[in-house]
Amino acid sequence: MTSTVVVTGVGAVTPIGGTADATWQAAFAGTPGARTLDNDWAEKYGIPVTFAAQADRSAVDETLTRVETKRLDPSSQLALASAREAWADAGLDEVDNDRLAVSWATGIGGVWTLLDAWDTLKEDGSRRVMPLTVPMLMPNAPAAAIGMHFKAHAAVQTLVSACASSTESIGNALEAIRGGRADVVIAGGSEAAVHPITLSAFSSMRALSRRNDSPETASRPYDVDRDGFVMGEGAGALILETKEHAEARGATIYAEIAGWGISNDAHHITANEPDGTFARQAMERAMEMAGVSASDVKHINAHATSTPVGDVPESLAINAAMGDHVDDVLVSATKSQMGHLLGGAGAAEAILTALALKNRTAPPTINIENLDPAIHLNIVRDEPAALPSGDIAALSNSFGFGGHNAVVVFKSV
Amino acid sequence: MAHSEAEVLSGLAEIVNEETGLATEAVEPSKSFTDDLDIDSISMMTIVVNAEKKFGVKIPDDDVKDLVTVQDAVDYIVKAQDA
Repeated sequence: MTSTVVVTGVGAVTPIGGTADATWQAAFAGTPGARTLDNDWAEKYGIPVTFAAQADRSAVDETLTRVETKRLDPSSQLALASAREAWADAGLDEVDNDRLAVSWATGIGGVWTLLDAWDTLKEDGSRRVMPLTVPMLMPNAPAAAIGMHFKAHAAVQTLVSACASSTESIGNALEAIRGGRADVVIAGGSEAAVHPITLSAFSSMRALSRRNDSPETASRPYDVDRDGFVMGEGAGALILETKEHAEARGATIYAEIAGWGISNDAHHITANEPDGTFARQAMERAMEMAGVSASDVKHINAHATSTPVGDVPESLAINAAMGDHVDDVLVSATKSQMGHLLGGAGAAEAILTALALKNRTAPPTINIENLDPAIHLNIVRDEPAALPSGDIAALSNSFGFGGHNAVVVFKSV
Repeated sequence: MAHSEAEVLSGLAEIVNEETGLATEAVEPSKSFTDDLDIDSISMMTIVVNAEKKFGVKIPDDDVKDLVTVQDAVDYIVKAQDA
């Protein structure tokens, strides 16, 4: 018999909120997180993009000790803060630690630690490079920090697939429970890579919006004048457990996580396959595992990053996967508020998707002034929209450099 | 200019506090880094690197194993300053 797996806790550190609740409120209200950088990077290095969506670190600074902050890369700091929030939100206390797992994700890893160490090496020589440099910069560092803190002996894993990473880590968590390896999994992802190197590199690629005079309207998925994504950072954590386990301890259930799907474009290192063929494939695989059909799906949190080339293939994929039911699917592109959290994006958006089902409300997509005529979707624009009552399903899509497509399916409870 | 023994002790206590969160008062001369202060080898190396920077001395890796107590480290640093 296949286990029913549910979401019982959420935690988030994002550009629009220091907690999951604050993030939901801001997404709901349509509050953008992008700001002009309060440093000299643009001037000093000639970076053509002068803004980003930096994480609201208030909860991080409140919950981490000074030593934890010192010994963890920012990507791990955000991870630990979001995981602690999710754990507390789930009301977990005593668990069987041999049945507790972590399934985490990052897209880039400890870029700050690596580059700070490189600066130290160049300026002061090898002897000054700190012994903890590698354990801080490794991509599995955030997962390890969470695993050690909560004593997760079942497994501590890290999935790495660029901007699809933390949707894959949620899917992997579902499989860990269904496969009998764990009863409870802390799943999610984190990224803290707003750094002059990444801003320069993404700028060189022409992937970032250059709307420097108006950062808050720069992330505009589906708008005809969208000119790139907004570099963001943040983390999202979800507590997944079997329904039996949740009910036995009287936990509040946000939603059921019913399935996930994965595919690869195998087409180009950065560009999406233009017809959305394999994005559709991932969506259909996810729905098949979840046992839902297009007529059950009433909401999609789209990947929609606001790049000129990315948003259309996903729209084609959604149309193909939803068929005649596409008009009944309320599509939200919450990167319009949060920016693009890279390896943290899938988890933060999965949280918004689960909360949308719980609250029966889809958050708005902001900043669409003129809808791209190539987009044919029922987009939730400017104001939140009510989701129907009854048993409904929702999808959260994530795609990443490397051709990765990942989709999770939630069901209302 | 060379640091006095008392200055080295208080400076070392600050480095230990930064690295481990231990109160500076807990870093007493008689304490063993591993047995009393629960400092692991990686933290010890971090403390050594920071001490080298702070006091302008060199503490070769081979000598670190001989720094069992806080006093051992203070003595070593005071002496190394004069070298």
